[in-house]
Amino acid sequence: MNLTLILFIVLAAVAVASAAGLLVSRNTVYAALFLVLNFATVAVFYLLLGAPFIALAQVTIYAGAIMVLFLFVIMLLGSEKLPRGLVLPWQRPMAIVLAAVLLAEAGFLLFQRLRLTATLANPEASVNTTETLRTLGMTLFNQYLLPFEVTSVLLLVAMVGVIVLTKKEKGEQG
Amino acid sequence: MNQTIPLSYYLAISAVLFAMGTLGVLIRRNPLIIFMSVELMLNSANLAFVAFARSFGVLTGQIFVFFVMTVSAAEVAVGLALIVIIFRNKHSINIDLMNSLKG
Amino acid sequence: MASSGLFSLVPLIVFLPVAGLLVNILFGGRMSEKAIGTLASAASGLAFAVSALLGVALWTGSGGAVVVPFADWIHIGDLNVAWNFRVDTLSVLMMLVVSGVGTLIHIYAIGYMHEDVRFKNDVGRYRRFFVFMNLFIAMMMILVSGDSYLMLFVGWEGVGLCSFLLIGFWYEMDTLGRPSFANSNAARKAFIANRIGDFGFLLAAFTMFWAFKDLSFDAVFAQAGQVAALNPGIILFITLFLLLGVAGKSAQIPLYVWLPDAMAGPTPVSALIHAATMVTAGVYLVARSAPLYTLVPQAQTTVALVGGITALFAATIAVGQYDIKKVLAYSTISQLGFMVAAVGMGAFVAGMFHLVTHAFFKALLFLSAGSVILGMERGHHHLPHNGDHHEEVFDPNDMRNMGGLRKQMPVTFWLYLVGALALAGIFPLAGFWSKDEILADAFHKFPAVYWMLTIAAFLTAFYMGRQVWMVFFGKPRHPVAEHAEESPKVITIPLMILAALAVLGGVLNLPGVSSLTLWLEHTIAGVEPGEFNFFVAGLSTVLALAAIALSWLIYGRQPLAEGQKDPLKKLLGPVFTVFERKYWVDEFYWSVFVNRYVDIARFLADVIDGRFWHDFVHEKVIAGTYNWLSRTVLDLRVDQQFIDAIANGLGEWTKRISGSLRRLQNGFVRSYALAVLAGVVIILGYLILK
Repeated sequence: MNLTLILFIVLAAVAVASAAGLLVSRNTVYAALFLVLNFATVAVFYLLLGAPFIALAQVTIYAGAIMVLFLFVIMLLGSEKLPRGLVLPWQRPMAIVLAAVLLAEAGFLLFQRLRLTATLANPEASVNTTETLRTLGMTLFNQYLLPFEVTSVLLLVAMVGVIVLTKKEKGEQG
Repeated sequence: MNQTIPLSYYLAISAVLFAMGTLGVLIRRNPLIIFMSVELMLNSANLAFVAFARSFGVLTGQIFVFFVMTVSAAEVAVGLALIVIIFRNKHSINIDLMNSLKG
Repeated sequence: MASSGLFSLVPLIVFLPVAGLLVNILFGGRMSEKAIGTLASAASGLAFAVSALLGVALWTGSGGAVVVPFADWIHIGDLNVAWNFRVDTLSVLMMLVVSGVGTLIHIYAIGYMHEDVRFKNDVGRYRRFFVFMNLFIAMMMILVSGDSYLMLFVGWEGVGLCSFLLIGFWYEMDTLGRPSFANSNAARKAFIANRIGDFGFLLAAFTMFWAFKDLSFDAVFAQAGQVAALNPGIILFITLFLLLGVAGKSAQIPLYVWLPDAMAGPTPVSALIHAATMVTAGVYLVARSAPLYTLVPQAQTTVALVGGITALFAATIAVGQYDIKKVLAYSTISQLGFMVAAVGMGAFVAGMFHLVTHAFFKALLFLSAGSVILGMERGHHHLPHNGDHHEEVFDPNDMRNMGGLRKQMPVTFWLYLVGALALAGIFPLAGFWSKDEILADAFHKFPAVYWMLTIAAFLTAFYMGRQVWMVFFGKPRHPVAEHAEESPKVITIPLMILAALAVLGGVLNLPGVSSLTLWLEHTIAGVEPGEFNFFVAGLSTVLALAAIALSWLIYGRQPLAEGQKDPLKKLLGPVFTVFERKYWVDEFYWSVFVNRYVDIARFLADVIDGRFWHDFVHEKVIAGTYNWLSRTVLDLRVDQQFIDAIANGLGEWTKRISGSLRRLQNGFVRSYALAVLAGVVIILGYLILK
């Protein structure tokens, strides 16, 4: 038994469990918190995969900014108890079936067709964090400069859009 | 400490998380939960990217994850703003009530 | 020969009258009545002059026939008919009679029509009369001068047309001037009866062409002998059907019925066409066809019998008539019977002789009767319009209204008397010679016909006597007769000329001299001068005088008083009624032939054409089928039920499909998301399975 493997299995179980918790919880806040846990687990996965920058970015952006935003909105809207499914009763079972089929297909592809044999080495000395970071930065600002700039424009647009959308019209009650 | 984790394990996790996210999008009626499920799906895709980046030894995957995160953040912002506006009009966030596209 | 140049003048006999009628048509509107009449008479007179010249040319020449070609007409296959003029003694004789008597009648008509159009209130019609009269002369000339049966037929038809036009001259009224179809019906009757005769003529002509391949006289007569030797039936057929034509044109039994009705025309017409010329065309035809008739004795017998029976029959009817012109009409039929019997027996010269003399005295009688009628009309118009004798409608022709006219109209009386005596056959007037020649020939050739003709001659004298006593003697039986006036000179002068001819006409063929026989010898083979038969002559004279005496006994001694019935009626009773009612022949024809024909026509029109063709075939079958086809089949079944079904069905199905597809758009996000996931799964599955 490998320590890494055990770690992996534990982390995987946590990730799946938290995702399941997100799915089933009636309370929206609990669901958000479950998702935070999931993100954190995935950040550890990133660390295992030797991507420290991405791991920390995950925590910062996802768990830190996005989920906080979610929680703000949850508080704003209030968590109402939604009534039992009145419409499309057939949709729930169908969805479960289809998702299971999708999973089965994915499994089939991975283990029957692709037969990936690659293994991933541990993140040890082979991973030089500073070097990785430096290389990442260089690549980002040299090769992927245009996408970078576009992304910044995108963020700008999103900001402006949000402000415009939520701006109250004159005379409108809040 | 000699054994490493096969790539397929990471991809399997990614697939499971993706499937669960899909289920969440389809089953839940609260748009906030639906959004969170979408984030879950994106996250699982990010995991796959990074796993492949590590597998092939290039950084392209990580850079892509970088961009995905950025876009996801922007998208969440706008989406939540929309939900807020809808709530203002309908005073409910039951997604089944938002069926004005019905034709 | 110098005379040959004269022969080339022959087309003028046709074209002078044609010129006359054309000038009257074109310019008559601007001419005075005198001018119109004089022009027409001059045209006819010049035609007479040309005919006389032709006669002289023949006389001084060899006397043989001269054919003057004029124009080519028909060239079809074997049929070659040219318009040639034939100048021979027979045709020139006819030309002279037609144009001579015709001219005198034209002159008479100048005065007669002048008064007639005023009595009938249509002065403008004067011109039309003379146009038609000239047309008649032209057509009659074509008839007698034709060199072939077809040219003869052209003239034959033409005079039939003119007869129709002139009988129906006053087409909108009857003889008394009342608005009626009577005159036009009479014209139609004449035309139709003639048509039946023409049918016979045409059949004969067709057979002639078939047998002889030619229709000209010379060709036919040359081949007649051979054809008769091979198949006498053909010649018999031809001659019998020519007889049918003769019966139509010359008013013999059974087609005579048109002639009494034809008296509806103005009196000059009755004189010219229905006494002197047109009706004699049949006699001329038989005389011309002598070579054919002599080959078939059965045909000759038939012709003679027809003539004889007609002569007797018509004479009996004449005894019972009250209309002055009708008596003369039946007398004409009777005299035509004499002529037809004569030429039928082979006494061609006798027949032609009587034709000529009859033209003289019958024209004289008719024209004098016209004078009498005019006198009565004058009296009617000068009658004071008061008193209870004045009637709205007055018949000037009715002899019962006349009486004692010899005092009012002496000239007319004497002229009439001459004509009557000539007709009765009193020596030495013209009628005596010609009638006697016929009787003499009949005595030898055909005794049965001789006795028929003799009795007819007795009756002829009787009814003429009756007429003279009734009209001119006794007291006037009507105020109109009291006021009757004599006719002007323009009317009486032509009558005097005719009277002279009636008196002297006998010289044409006096026994011993036989000028006419010698004249006609050139054309008709085998004619011999007749001998004077004292027995025949004596018997006929005795009978004529006895008849006149009998008529005096009945009508002359005690002249008829006003309103008194005819004494003969008391004597003969029902027999007189039979005569008076013309043996009911017209009624018989109407019920047996005419009404049946009308029934057939009506049946064809109403049932066959109306109900069957129109209602059934056109409406039900054709229109019905078409309507059924278009409405039921094409419109309903095909268009509405089938095509519309397809078109509407397509629309309907599109609606249904889209209706069901529309339910996909339920507006629920969850279902849309499900659809996306389903698509992904399917595509992945497809890729896996590939």
